[in-house]
Amino acid sequence: MATTTSHTEEPRSQPGLDLLRKALRHGSVLFGGGIILALALVALFGATLAPYDPVAMDFTVRFAPPSWAHPFGTDDFGRDVFSRILYGASVSFQVAFIAVGISGVAGVALGLTAGYRGGWIDDVIMRTMDILFAFPAVLLAITVMAILGRGVENAMIAIAIVYAPIFARVTRGAVISVRDREFVTAARALGQSQLRIMLRHVLPNALGPIIVQTSLSLAFAILAEAALSFFGLGTQPPDPSWGRMLSEGRGYLQQAPWMGIFPGLAIMVSVLGFNTLGDGLRDVLDPRFRGRH
Amino acid sequence: MSLSYLLRRLGSVLLVLFGVSLVTFAIIPLLPGSPARVTLGVQATPSAVAALERQMGLDRPLPVQYVSWVGGILSRGDFGTSLISRQPIAGEVARRVPATLTLALAALLVGLAIALPAGIFAALKPGSPRDLGVSVFSQLGVSVPDFWMGILLILLFSETLGWLPSSGYRPLSDGLAPFLRHITLPALTAGIISGAIMTRFVRSALLEVLGQDYVRTAHAKGLPRGKVMRKHVLRNAAISIVTIVGLQMATLLSAVVVVEIIFAWPGLGQLALTATLQRDYPALQAAVLLSAVAFTVVNLLTDLSYTFLDPRVSYT
Repeated sequence: MATTTSHTEEPRSQPGLDLLRKALRHGSVLFGGGIILALALVALFGATLAPYDPVAMDFTVRFAPPSWAHPFGTDDFGRDVFSRILYGASVSFQVAFIAVGISGVAGVALGLTAGYRGGWIDDVIMRTMDILFAFPAVLLAITVMAILGRGVENAMIAIAIVYAPIFARVTRGAVISVRDREFVTAARALGQSQLRIMLRHVLPNALGPIIVQTSLSLAFAILAEAALSFFGLGTQPPDPSWGRMLSEGRGYLQQAPWMGIFPGLAIMVSVLGFNTLGDGLRDVLDPRFRGRH
Repeated sequence: MSLSYLLRRLGSVLLVLFGVSLVTFAIIPLLPGSPARVTLGVQATPSAVAALERQMGLDRPLPVQYVSWVGGILSRGDFGTSLISRQPIAGEVARRVPATLTLALAALLVGLAIALPAGIFAALKPGSPRDLGVSVFSQLGVSVPDFWMGILLILLFSETLGWLPSSGYRPLSDGLAPFLRHITLPALTAGIISGAIMTRFVRSALLEVLGQDYVRTAHAKGLPRGKVMRKHVLRNAAISIVTIVGLQMATLLSAVVVVEIIFAWPGLGQLALTATLQRDYPALQAAVLLSAVAFTVVNLLTDLSYTFLDPRVSYT
């Protein structure tokens, strides 16, 4: 009987402490995770840390270059660029996490259903995802914004629609690789409901690639929010957002290059953090990459 | 490649294109406010709006409108009339498609010019400082927002040095020099980022081949290093690299949307954003539909190229 138990037992240690320890020893996870942790703190406490009100105008210091008083200079309205970047972190992270949260929940639910149920349900879901995949990402986001209207909330929905098919594909692939394993067959034999099997047995064992995709999608979402705000479709003035600030700085490249340089750097560092963290997590969690460097 | 696989693959592409056309068509019914209201302005009376809607065929049932819209595109290349310029969109689109494709191709060439030497350079000494350097470049390149890269290049080459124009497009028919002057910055913007992405793939494709037994055998039998690289390594890695190039071409069709907007490059991406901001919905439909079709076709060609390039791959 002991043999039967070992065949039907779920690999419980896999997503547990061993992997966490391994992840915390991985250079990319530490580097990327460190950047994200620091930026997350800035996003949470930006309002307290900011030396100035990010929307307060002071026409006596318009276009002031970087100095001790204004480390990243001031903009065309005399607003402190450093304070606006600190506030912008909160906007960027909020949009990225909510958008990826929505696309993750929707995409994982669709991919889990498609992968586990198979047959015509799989066909219908995945062909629909293929159709969404056929649109270039930026154009799809612009089109959704055209339908929903401008604004930061609609930007989140647009980004979520663009990235949900990626989560669906990744989840489906991971689910297919575990759905016929012994512990799933055993759960079926025990008469557990399909929903319970999917949520309790299949999903936890398919989480690795989904976690990796979440980190990489957060990087894309930061870029997408910045791009939509840069085009004037996302965050609206006077709210500070990195993409919006970059767009405003574009008009004063000669006069005040810091208006464009620092918001761009902030976007790049965040994206670098999420990308590096995602790459590291892939090495640790994704079975296809485990052990490869 | 078997005929049945080819037919199945074409069938699935046609299904996707049908879905794409449905989604694109749905843009107008889903949008707030009718195109007739956009054309006539907010002051127009409801009766005038209703009359124009009848004239535009918007009072017909949606399936009839869909068939008429798709039929017009397939039979006459008719994408409707712009709500802003009141000109047929087909002419506008015909001018913009070559501009988008030219920019995507130029960016791909820039990307390859970076990725091939950098990827080979890194793969020849894995784990060395130069490999680390290439990896850092690649990771940074992937993280740079394209619109920021464009701004930095404009700041350096247009505003500071004054060497290159910061916007506009000149077709090749105007002469090679003006064409190159205008395309350089947009192509560099999209190409550097694309090159950073491709560098990773070129490096891993080469590393995979370099670890194969036949490469070790070639070295063991005393073949010169250069000959091993040319005859065995590069030739075998080329299959993966061509695949990457195809996938990158599809990605670039999306990436150039942003670049077109920054450099006022008159392509489909710029048309889509202008149409969105001006609420010129038929123009938005045309830009989105054509980009999605181009994206799908490039992906299909990449997929099919596997079998031509690698005899070991066969689909049944």
